[in-house]
Amino acid sequence: MNARKTTTIGNSGGRAALINARLLDPASGRDEAGGILIEDGLIADLGPHLRRSAPRDAAVINCEDRLVIPGLVDMQVYTGEPGLEHRETLASASRAAAAGGVTTMIVMPATDPVIDDMALVDFVNRRANDTAIVRVHTMAALTKGLNGTEMSEIGLLKLAGAVAFSNGRQSIASAKVMRRVLAYAKDFDALVVHHTEDDDLAGAGVVNEGEVSARLGLPGIPKAAEIIMIERDIRLAELSGGRYHAAQISCRESLDAIRAAKRRKLPVTCGVSINHLTLNENDIGSYRTFHKMRPPLRSEDDRRSLVEGVADGSIDVIVSSHDPQGTDGKRRPFAEAADGAVGLETLLPAALRLVHSGDVKLVDLFAALTIRPAALLGLPVGKLEKGAPADLAVVDLGAPWMLDRDTLHSKAKNSPFDEAKFQGRVMRTLVAGETVFPFAN
Amino acid sequence: MTAAQKLDTFHFPHRHLLTVEDLTAGEIVGLLDMAEDAATVSRQISKKREHLSGRTLVNLFFEASTRTQSSFELAGKRLGADVMNMQVSTSSVNKGETLIDTAVTLNAMRPDILVVRHNQAGAVELLAQKVDCSVVNAGDGQHQHPTQALLDALTIRRNKGRIEGLVVAICGDILHSRVARSNIGLLTRLGAEVRIVAPSTLLPPNADRLGCKVFNHMSDGLAGADIVMMLRLQQERMSGSFLPSTREFYHFFGLDHEKLKWAKPDALIMHPGPMNRGVEISSAVADDPRSVIREQVEMGVAVRMAVLAAVARHLPNR
Repeated sequence: MNARKTTTIGNSGGRAALINARLLDPASGRDEAGGILIEDGLIADLGPHLRRSAPRDAAVINCEDRLVIPGLVDMQVYTGEPGLEHRETLASASRAAAAGGVTTMIVMPATDPVIDDMALVDFVNRRANDTAIVRVHTMAALTKGLNGTEMSEIGLLKLAGAVAFSNGRQSIASAKVMRRVLAYAKDFDALVVHHTEDDDLAGAGVVNEGEVSARLGLPGIPKAAEIIMIERDIRLAELSGGRYHAAQISCRESLDAIRAAKRRKLPVTCGVSINHLTLNENDIGSYRTFHKMRPPLRSEDDRRSLVEGVADGSIDVIVSSHDPQGTDGKRRPFAEAADGAVGLETLLPAALRLVHSGDVKLVDLFAALTIRPAALLGLPVGKLEKGAPADLAVVDLGAPWMLDRDTLHSKAKNSPFDEAKFQGRVMRTLVAGETVFPFAN
Repeated sequence: MTAAQKLDTFHFPHRHLLTVEDLTAGEIVGLLDMAEDAATVSRQISKKREHLSGRTLVNLFFEASTRTQSSFELAGKRLGADVMNMQVSTSSVNKGETLIDTAVTLNAMRPDILVVRHNQAGAVELLAQKVDCSVVNAGDGQHQHPTQALLDALTIRRNKGRIEGLVVAICGDILHSRVARSNIGLLTRLGAEVRIVAPSTLLPPNADRLGCKVFNHMSDGLAGADIVMMLRLQQERMSGSFLPSTREFYHFFGLDHEKLKWAKPDALIMHPGPMNRGVEISSAVADDPRSVIREQVEMGVAVRMAVLAAVARHLPNR
């Protein structure tokens, strides 16, 4: 656990109070006017009785009736540290996270070198402790060097602090390897997070296979490439008993498969990226490479079904899938351009679109952004509760604004939401009771 | 009754020894009693006996072995048999055909006892169907190794005075182990509580149906154990396919004094050999006073003497 030092807030001797807040806690269902008392980085007390009154010695933060939620837990963040620091460091990603109300980010193992060794998990955690302003946990490699054939030291990596295991942007092609990895991970109660795409079937595809790919003259990736992998994985999860999480699904049929697995009480969960909830293949327009990602943006019908999945809880987790890419990678012909989009900073405002459109209730949306990922990863965050870490976001639900990607705090600016209009933004972010956004400097 | 006499008195009702599943508890105890006497014989200056005098024993090994083969060789020679060792290559493509051809050829040479090891489960039984002599299974694939289970039982009985009621934890690569399968069958038959402890990737499917309790963690599996039996981990299992690495296996499953504390203070430490020190067992534990690993080797010869003497009663040309 990447424990942060207990912080002193202002000159208040470690006590602070948020008053005039609308407390929303998906873990308990709480949604009421109230306040929060913070002591030594933890939530010491909360509720309506603290709405207007704070202890004399506490530093007071007046929330002006805005929403206060547990800080978001983003379980899929790519950084460039170690190895590709020009794209993103843990420090720069953490600033983007803080600006987006994300207080815990899980960084992916697809770095250089790949995080497949205890010493590297330790490096990332120490480096984050020294340089990042939000909590950082490591998702370690599922196979050595992400080679898809030899399982990594899951037990030792977990001891070193890895919270889950992933094969990064690559799927494990061999069903035999996947079965053994799941079986082995089960013994350590380790969560296996899998990118689900049959690489062979996806081939050289770069966009969703369908009318758009036909019109643009680009090779397509059929939805079946994802569905086949998810259905295979579900069988293997059943066979092995291992905890399985599909990192990000992109289409209706994948969701159907997940729903069916859940009905059968299998240890199967899934995530979806904010991009696939708010964008579709038509947004690619005339070859906008910032909309190139894996899995590709799918049809509007798929997007709508994924939104329904969030609304009814069959999709467990929403991730930013933050993936910084420089102009060197993106300013290329579409098929040659790098995949991925930054998203830490826009995760929350983009997600609020689903609430404003009336498709998802506020509490259901934030469940997928706070308590559910925290619970999957076994982290004590993501909830407003006495004794829980005071990781909080103050959100103005109504504030209208437009994104200028040059103002993003990420080193890379490859946002598909450039010049997008949003309603709602993060006003303040606290980690362990300390305000990390707005930035002090 | 002298040792040599007891070797003669027990009536063993089988011509072959192919699997422990064929043996009743009474027959197992009978063999162990015989072996106990053979152990006494083996410690005398004159170790030579006449039970197999004039008989021909062929060690037919389709899979390389040092200790099992020499153990059978010594056992045969101490009982007066002429012993021939045969190493047969298994590289031939058509194994089934070759095996039967080999059996028919050997049979024509009129051996009395064939001791057979083969890398395929069921191969020894198949061969036994084609010959007129007695066949003793010295290990068939991942299936059975009955004399190993007998020698383990004898070692336990000599040190603990009994087998019934003891908790025996067998740890490591259960999936690929004929030693584990034989011991589970034999020790449960004698009333021991057998546990198997291994990562899920090294357990056979439905392992709980074998009559033992299944554990994935040494702390649970070793709790209160009277016997801790470590299995050899084959090199080719270690690097990524079944296990991530040697160091991870050693960390979670390698028997060191830290893990041994979970077992009873007087727990016996056993290993069928050859050991990988620093992989499944620490050197300190292997050489601990509670380790009976060397005694297992000694009892191996004794048990094989007992088995050879017992099956020799049923030779057709007696």
